[in-house]
Amino acid sequence: MGNNTTHLTIPILRTSGLTIGYRSKKGLLELEKELDIKIHNGEVVCLIGPNGCGKSTLMRTIAGLQPPLSGETFISDTDVKQIKPHQYARLISLVLTDKIDAGSLKVMDILSIGRYPYTNYFAELKAKDYAIIDKALSSVHLSEYKDRFFNELSDGEKQRVLIAKALAQDTPLIMLDEPTAHLDLPNRVEIMNILKRLAKETNKAILLSTHELDLALQTADTIWLMNRDDQMKHGTPEDLVLNGMFEQVFKSNAFHFDRLTGAFKVDHHTKGEISLIGTGIESTWTQRALEREGYKVLHQPVCETKICIIDGTWQLAIKDQTITCDSIGHLLSELRIVNSEDSSIN
Amino acid sequence: MKNSWLIVSVGITLVIGLFLLDLSLGSVKISVSELINILQGTPSKKSWEYIILNFRLPKAFTAVLTGAGISVAGLQMQTLFRNPLAGPSVLGISHGASLGVAVFVLSSTAMFGTVLNLQEKMGSWGLVMFAIGGSFLVLSCVLIASSRVSDSVTILIIGIMFGFITGAVVNILQFFSDPELIQNFLVWTFGSLSGVAWSQLQVMGPIVLIALLASLLFSKQMNALLLGENYATGVGINVARTRLKLIMVTSIMAGTITAFTGPIAFIGVAVPHLARLLFRTSNHKILIPGTMMCGIIIMLACDIVSQLPGSQTTLPVNSITALFGAPVILTILLKNKKMKGAF
Repeated sequence: MGNNTTHLTIPILRTSGLTIGYRSKKGLLELEKELDIKIHNGEVVCLIGPNGCGKSTLMRTIAGLQPPLSGETFISDTDVKQIKPHQYARLISLVLTDKIDAGSLKVMDILSIGRYPYTNYFAELKAKDYAIIDKALSSVHLSEYKDRFFNELSDGEKQRVLIAKALAQDTPLIMLDEPTAHLDLPNRVEIMNILKRLAKETNKAILLSTHELDLALQTADTIWLMNRDDQMKHGTPEDLVLNGMFEQVFKSNAFHFDRLTGAFKVDHHTKGEISLIGTGIESTWTQRALEREGYKVLHQPVCETKICIIDGTWQLAIKDQTITCDSIGHLLSELRIVNSEDSSIN
Repeated sequence: MKNSWLIVSVGITLVIGLFLLDLSLGSVKISVSELINILQGTPSKKSWEYIILNFRLPKAFTAVLTGAGISVAGLQMQTLFRNPLAGPSVLGISHGASLGVAVFVLSSTAMFGTVLNLQEKMGSWGLVMFAIGGSFLVLSCVLIASSRVSDSVTILIIGIMFGFITGAVVNILQFFSDPELIQNFLVWTFGSLSGVAWSQLQVMGPIVLIALLASLLFSKQMNALLLGENYATGVGINVARTRLKLIMVTSIMAGTITAFTGPIAFIGVAVPHLARLLFRTSNHKILIPGTMMCGIIIMLACDIVSQLPGSQTTLPVNSITALFGAPVILTILLKNKKMKGAF
């Protein structure tokens, strides 16, 4: 599968028969077997999968924080076993979910630690290091934050500081473990935008794990889709939607993946069918409201209950009466009254 | 930065001032001008010269070494355990040293009958070796146990449990020992700066100075450890090796000091916080020398207070350091409302 045939360059990261998991007294716990995956320069790869499928383990294994059970990992075609730890730090930088507790640590201190793979024993910063740190901070829009205390920043700003730290480390591959967790929507979008832009501008490869399917579909060049009991799938997001892989991985009785919109929809058709006649944006949002209430919406006037949208009002035709509603809220409350009358008669 | 230079110059003035004050005050008050005469070798009273050169000077040097050494050991442990309440008296060093000292002091009857008296055969080097050995042993045990948990409160409880274990072993040793030896050991546990003579300072001084210099070399690794072990590994730091080096330097430095002065409470926990408060930084490049300076000032001040200026009585220095240190820790905990983020 995959789109990698178009790349002629050497991938920045490549694995061959990589098996990840844990070795314990009880035996081997293999989370993924025989992985052959690649990341190229300038590529944004999103790693997606349900909780407990081994996303963090894969990230930790690639980052060299834990050993693989078997198989090889190559960075720029060099086997990682031949790369010394301090050289490794010049190839891969990390943004983790680990909490940083140190209270009097300034943003500048954290960025200087990002330069550690290049500085001498006393961590002296040269003019070049300062220039790189400045550039890293300005690309996450935090130029004015050098002397701020890390612990006094908001969650979104903290995440941007850590991305700047990874940038200051100046590696061809940046790995981020759930960088959008615990952030609000504007911050989530901003982080993804920053990463996408950095990949294009600096030609760095970016690998991130996330639970944000929607954002991943819009941002990633390639998606790695992990599963608890099946081999990992990888490919262009749109291909994975079309060939049904998304549905397969996240299958559930409670919701379904809508291939048309690329979003998950909660299934609750309990109150029967309803006809909706109308066009435009009002129709779309009325349909959503009705689905949320538990109706299955049909666009032909075949049901007992019908709704017509006319000039910004909603005409609810039910049994032999017609009610005019001036908002969706009004419409829903009328429907609820009708429903409760029905159930009290029965 | 300008502010830091001001703090440093005030600090150095304080160190010199308190050092002279420490020499001058005591059961006999000797004026500073007389002090200078004595140090130049032209004393007006022979007995004063004797007091200064043989008692007060070694005691003041001991205060300087202890203040700097115990405080830096505390800082290293706080970074190593990523725990603001870590320190030699909390997590193993004092317990380990006391175990070593107990074995050393009480050994003549406790373990080997009356045949072997280690104290007479080995002198102060033996005492130091046993204290360092005990510190290293207990600190390593605490660290191995705490590497399996990440919660800072649990780590403290692990440290306290190891304290109980060593305390029990020390008690058993005492049970089998001569009352006279037990008294020697108990006097040691009170903690005292005045028991260190020139001959012992010749052992303690070089070890502590070398360990302090070595600790200055770790600022890069220690800064990286502040972000946690994974981030430290991610920027190319060998975490396992750094840990081992830090444990070794810490137990050598604090173990040696504790061997001679007895356990000094709270300095190791409190002084690093004071330095962070003053310099407003977690950067060890500034924090290590800053902690040394604050440690020296506090220890000299505690020693001066313990002599109760103007009286003949001397209080145990351990109580004075506790009276200073415990409120500092309380203030920090109450100010931060929680333990995390306090370092």
